[in-house]
Parts: sequence; structure tokens; C-alpha cells
Amino acid sequence: MAASGRPERADEVTVHEMGRRRFLGYVLAASTLTVAAQIGESALAPARAQAAVPSLPGPSEIYDLNDMLTDAALPTANLITIQVEADGTASFVLPRAEVGQGITTSSAMLIAEELDLPLDKVKVSLADARPELLFNQMTGASNTTISTFTPIRVAAATARARLLEAAAVQFGEAASTLTTRAGVVTSPRGKAATYGELAAKAASRTTLQVAVALKKPAQFGVIGTPRGRIDALAAVTGRKQFAMDVQVEDALPTMVCRPPTINGTVRSVDNRADVLAMPGITHVVTVPTGVAVRGRTFGQCIDAVRALRVSWGPGTADGASDATVLKELRSAELPLVIPALDPLVKSVDARFTFHFASNSALEPNCAIADVRSDRAEIWGSLKTPIVAQERIALKLGLPLSAVKVHVTEGGGSFGRKLFFDAAIEAAQVSQAMGKPVKLMWHRTDDFRQGRTHPMSISRVRATYALGEVLSYEQRHTSVATDFGHGLGEIITSMAAKLPVGDLAFSETIFELTQQSPYHFGATTQLLSEVDKGFNTGSMRNIYSPNVRCAQELVVDQLAAKMGKDAYRFRRQFLKEDRAQAVLDKVAQVGEWGRQMPAGTAQGIAVHPEYHGFVAVLAEIDCRPQTTGRQIPDAYTGPRVTRVVCAVDVGLAVNPRGLEAQMMGGIMDGIAVTLSSGLHLQDGHFLEGSWDNYFYTRQWNTPPELDIIVMPATGEKPGGAGELAVAGAMAAVACAYGRATGTMPTTFPINHDGPLGFEPLPTVPPIPASPTDGLGRAY
Amino acid sequence: MPLHTFILNGKPVSVDVEDDVRLLWVLRDVLGVTGPKYGCGLGVCQACTSHINGKAFNPCSVPVKDIHPTDEVTTIEGLPATVGKDLHPMQEAWLEYDVAQCGYCQPGQIMAAVAKVRQARAAGHEIGEADFDEIRNICRCGTYHRIREAIKAGAKNF
Repeated sequence: MAASGRPERADEVTVHEMGRRRFLGYVLAASTLTVAAQIGESALAPARAQAAVPSLPGPSEIYDLNDMLTDAALPTANLITIQVEADGTASFVLPRAEVGQGITTSSAMLIAEELDLPLDKVKVSLADARPELLFNQMTGASNTTISTFTPIRVAAATARARLLEAAAVQFGEAASTLTTRAGVVTSPRGKAATYGELAAKAASRTTLQVAVALKKPAQFGVIGTPRGRIDALAAVTGRKQFAMDVQVEDALPTMVCRPPTINGTVRSVDNRADVLAMPGITHVVTVPTGVAVRGRTFGQCIDAVRALRVSWGPGTADGASDATVLKELRSAELPLVIPALDPLVKSVDARFTFHFASNSALEPNCAIADVRSDRAEIWGSLKTPIVAQERIALKLGLPLSAVKVHVTEGGGSFGRKLFFDAAIEAAQVSQAMGKPVKLMWHRTDDFRQGRTHPMSISRVRATYALGEVLSYEQRHTSVATDFGHGLGEIITSMAAKLPVGDLAFSETIFELTQQSPYHFGATTQLLSEVDKGFNTGSMRNIYSPNVRCAQELVVDQLAAKMGKDAYRFRRQFLKEDRAQAVLDKVAQVGEWGRQMPAGTAQGIAVHPEYHGFVAVLAEIDCRPQTTGRQIPDAYTGPRVTRVVCAVDVGLAVNPRGLEAQMMGGIMDGIAVTLSSGLHLQDGHFLEGSWDNYFYTRQWNTPPELDIIVMPATGEKPGGAGELAVAGAMAAVACAYGRATGTMPTTFPINHDGPLGFEPLPTVPPIPASPTDGLGRAY
Repeated sequence: MPLHTFILNGKPVSVDVEDDVRLLWVLRDVLGVTGPKYGCGLGVCQACTSHINGKAFNPCSVPVKDIHPTDEVTTIEGLPATVGKDLHPMQEAWLEYDVAQCGYCQPGQIMAAVAKVRQARAAGHEIGEADFDEIRNICRCGTYHRIREAIKAGAKNF
């Protein structure tokens, strides 16, 4: 969106040569070819469509969260380096967290492309915390590919140029006559040298600046082609190493006995000596979050946690329940501005409730810490490792340089790993015990004391007359979302913790992410937040699923009241051609409007975000024979039977990876609409296992799923990791409303029904593992 | 401490550990076999799914004392050897369909898939939609659709 008035930067090279922009790369002083790139990038302005009553562009349409993160990354992007090794491979240490989203693969593809090297010769690993990178080591807001797309390619192109020069010297031929293919430089006279042979010769004793051009999209042979993940083999053989698989000398399993209410505190431990004497247990210490036990196996830690008798002090949400929080939210709601006074003007008024939800990944909160008197070493999957390093150093009273933070492969994030709760806790426990610890949260704790997507309400009023929508107002009121991870660096992180600063920060995030894709006249979407007593954080797609779901349900109401088809109505009011294109695609492939039996229906929705567009068409079956399916310890409910999703992210680096991200986002959207939420009662959450917290399971999975990656609409990638959640949530909600004849207003829709499980006790805080596993073998 | 002996991935192993420690921790914490993952310790998420004498089970829910010296425990690490190859056909199908996202649940998913195909055959049919709906393994990344496709494809090759 540079054309919308962002200033040119002095350090941005805009020299055009033969129609191609050239970028500055560096050859670094090293014994083997090592290159770096220093350039950031700017986004492109979208073409704007015309409609009857144009809405002014919202802030996020001009400059969104992703632009903010991309800009924040500018000053230090030059530290992205690639090394070409003597064995002909290229290594790249990515300063981001891989948690399943496929960025190691897409980054490797960028290098393979510009370096003309087979994909399997590119090795990508994850960087330790590097405080010198400042903002440039946060993984979030679907920003990785957007912010690294150009720098990684510039570095790779620099390496290729340098290899060509080295080959030219060796061959005695002009570099301009040489070609590269599959890691080999060849000359017109038939001479050839592999990158491995040239790597040392191409190295430089001093740091050099080199101007390089990047491939044009028409020349791409890797970018834009579907590729399997580079870590797939490791994943299917069990060799992929997550934090708890890392073997660190003497780092024994460690767990924490946690309070019965949210953030409760330890008053005293009544039987420390007894527990210390239990088999395998080596240490029992009190830490700020509870009582930590260390032992030979996690199984023995579980037994020890269950045996502890602890007197607990109050927590931060004692006595709170869904009803008390709802009351709090209602009283904090900002007023609507536009009254429906004009007798010729009609309105749609609605209010929606979105209950607490869990962003718990399958890999629970966990970290390894080895804290000594003068230094500390931490291992964990961390999306903000610099902040983690800085906070841990502060907590331990060590200088920053004495704390080493290693980023391991992550077993899912969904927002969880923006924070480093387990890493800080592990560091404190290790310091208190004077021993290395492998600390893991029990699943039950991960649901009950772990971070949540905050409960929120959304009030919407839209007015219309004479076939036009005149206004759209939305007031989103939420339990405070903790953005304490900042932008990945402690200065913004501290700003987000200031009593006033954080309000501005969350409002900023809201304004930078939320946009209305429709020309609905005067449009305002505002956020207010209350109550900091809960452990919260972003969940995949932050505010969007709830905000978008509310809007799309109201859009369906508007269409119905104005006598229009829900798809054509959306099409008529959409601002962007790209939004219309994805909507048209799902309507066509999904046979919008086809005849369906009573109790089943379609829903359609569109979602723009992070420079991308997604449309989702969902079909749902709400008939009794479906909702009444009996599966032990499960919630069945309505079944989404078919989903068609069309996605346009501008340029899809890896369409296969993009499809995977859409698929996951759709499963999340189905979950938050139909089944997965937390029940708050007496200061604690009732859910304590995956058979309580009903994330989408195979029996909820749509048997038919079509994901269409649209042809490239630009030369740069948009964000991919979150986009589909909002689109899917809205489409499924709309389908449910159409199938049942009643617009859903509480999410998940099963929240107020009978509780589908027997809640686990809160004391002891975690359940014993079963012993009947052999009887259930199949 | 009692000594427990069983066959792990084709080789006999002996471990000194208390009777009631669940097999998952014997595998992971004592023997260093980390393919089976912890996701709940309640027999719910099935991330630790492995095989005992060819049947899928959750080692998080079995005390080590219940494993007998002749019992053959197979984790994801030992699955390829059961067909005498570098990769089991189900793992190959997983690669073909690029199923894994974060990969944390995938060892358990693959072990469950192999057992589920065998279970369907023992019941006289090839695996189908109704069988897929019975698989309880959680995939929090939501790769369920590719899991279904890969199982169908993998089942054709063993």
C-alpha cells in the first residue's frame, strides 16, 4: 500500500534497470560463501471498487497490522543470512518459529528459487533469540512470508551472483555468459562447477555490497508450485524434535501443582517431606505459579502433584462465571451513534456473545531450563524469543548476554506460543531447585490455567432504505486480550503492559486488523475491553472470527429483509474485485442456492485480511438423525457436510502449504462456531481434557472439502495462517442460521445446552492417568 | 525397583522402574523413545498411540507392570521394520498427501491409521467414511481431511 502515501525510505534502493528493480545484497567476510540482505519491502495499494454508497476506507484497509510488523522489521532485515556449504547445500537460520504453518518450507522455496538450487539442498533451521534483531524475531499475525519474501530472495540472489563470479574466474569466461541450474554453474563452452566446489572460492575476506535483481514472476520455477513440507519425513518417522524430545543432561521431568482457581496463590504446603519421599521424586519447591515437583518420570510427577496438600490463596477471578463476565461486558459496551429515527429507514439490530475459548495446542506449554548461578539456557518453541530472553534475564537477575534461548520446533501454536509462560516458569523452577528441568504442563492445567481467547460480545446495528445500506455500526466488547508479548521486543512489550498503554495497544491491533469488506455507508467498528483477571492472548485470527461472524450474520439478515439473495447481496456491496472473485468462485463450485432437504442449508461468507481474501461456502446438516449421533465421550451436534473455500493471497509461495493452512483454519472455524468453548464457573474453567473441550474431531470433519487457490493476483504474498478461521466461522454460522431458521447469537452454539461431560475435580488439580489402556486396544 | 522386560521395536528391553509408571513415561523418560507424544495422559487425545502385539493402544494408560515379557510394543520408530522397509506404506501415503502440519500428533495418527485399516479388514471390509469417523486422535492443526485421504491411499499398499 505504498501508493497510499507512505514515505520513501532513504535506505530503499529503487534503481530501475531494464525494468527490473535492483536490491542491495551483501557478501559477508567468511571462509565459505555467506551472504546477507538488507532490504525491506512496501505493500501495494488495492484497486478500489465503486458502489452506491461508498464507505470511507477503514484504517486496516490502508495500513494493517501486517504493514506495521513489516515496517517494524525494516531496520534489521539485513541480518538475514544464507551460507553455501562445501557439500553444495545452502543453510539458512530463520529468525521465526515454525509451529506447523510451513514457513521453513516456504522460506526454503524462496532460496531454491533465486539460487537455482534443488529444494532438498536447502536446509532451514530456527534461530536462537537474537536481541540485535529487535522487532525482527516475532512470529505472528501471518507476517513471516510477507516480511521475509524480499530479503530472503535478495540474499539468495546475491549468493547466486557471487557463485557466477567465482565460476567466471575459474572458467576464464565472462560471468554474463554463464548459467545456473540445480546447483551447478555451466558455461557455453561446456565447463561446469557445482556450488559446493565454488563455495569457498566465492567467499570474501571483506564484506562487500552487491546490487542484484530478482527473478520476475514469469521466471519462477519454484515459487507458486505446490511442494511438500521439508520436515515431512521427520514428522512421519517420529524424528521431528519438539521441546520435550530434546535431551539435556540432568533435565528431569518437572510439573507444577496448580491452584483450584485462576491464578490462585500458594499459602502453604502441608506435606512437602512426604511428597519428596515418593518414588522417583527429587525436588519439591514453591514457585510463584504453584508447587513444582521434579522426578525421574512425568508419571511420577503426576502422582506427586496429586499427592500434594496445599493451602491456596485467592486467585484473580475468584467467583467469576460466564454470567458475571457477561454482565461486566454489557456494562462496558460503547454506545451506538446512529438512531433509527427516520420512519423511512429500517434497521437490523443484533447482539452476539462469544464465550471463552482455548488456544491450547496439542503440545502443551513446556520448556527446558538449565539455570546456573551465572548463566541460563532455555529450550522451547517461542514466537517472541527476544522478549522471553529479556524477561527471563530480569526474573533471574542475570545479564541478558548470560541467557541463551533456543527456539525448538513447535507442536502447534494458535496464539499460545506468542507467550512464554512455560519458559519463564521453567527458568524460575530451575533456579529454585538448582537443577536443570524439563517442565511440562498437564493437559488439564493447559485448559484451566492456560491462556484463553477472551469472552466478548458484539453489538451491531445496520440501517437501510431504498435498496441501500446506509450505516453499519459494530461495538465489540471483550475481556482484555493480553498483548504483553508486544512486537517481539521488550520495549513495546513493556508499553503493552502499561495501564493506559495496553488499551491503546489492543485498540491499535483491533483497528489494524478489523475491516468491513462492504460499502455500507457510514461504518464504525470499535473495541472496548474490561477485566484483566484472566490469562488471555490472541487465538488464531485474533478478533476477526467473532467480529466477522457477527457481521456476516447481520449481512444475511439485511439481505433477507431487503428481499435479496445472500450471495448476490454480498456481491453487490463488496468493495474489492478480489473479494468478489473469491465469492463468485465458491458460489460456482459450491453450487450456491441448490435445493437441499429441510434441516440442511448452505451459508456463504467472505473475509479480507492481511492483504488476502477468502470466501467460504459451508453446508450443514442440523437434522435430528445427525445431531443425535451417539459417540462415547463426544459432542456430535450438527455436522458441516461440505466446505468450499477460495483463497487469494496475492501470490501463493506454496499453494500446497496454503491449502493446508486453509484446511486448518476451516476446522478451527467449525469448532468455534459449533462446539469448542470454555465454561467459566466459580473462578475456574470446567474443561480439563480434549473430551471436554470439543475441538473438531473426525466425526465433525466435513466429508467433502474443496480448497481453491486463486491464480496469482499480485507479485507479493499475503498472510495465510489465520485468514480462513474468520471466513469459515461466519459461513458455518450463516448455514446454521439458515438450516434452523434462527440466527445463532451465542457461540459456540452448544454452550448453553446441557454440559456434555462430567467436570474433573479441581483438587487435586490434575487427574490420574487411566490404567485400562490394554482393554481399549484395537 | 522391579525389573520389567518386554520387546520394544523388535528388540528385548529391560527397565528398572516402579510397577505403576505408565508405559508412555517408560518409553519417553527412561528409554528415550520420543516418537509417542504426550497430549493429555488420559487416553483421550491419542497422541501416544503405539501398537501392542499389532493392536493400537495408548501407552499413557497402561502401567508398565501390565506389559509381559513376550509383549511386542511397536512405536512409530519401529513401524517400518514391521514391513521390512525404510517406510511403512502408511508413512509413504502421509508424505504423498503432505499430511503433517506441526507434526506433533502425526506418529499417533499413523499408528492409529494402520490399526484401523487392519480392524476394518478383520471385520470384513475396507476402511471407509464410517471408520474414519471413529478415529479419536486429535489433530489441533486440523489436517483431518488429508488424514482421511492418506489412509485411503495407504490402505491400498499393505
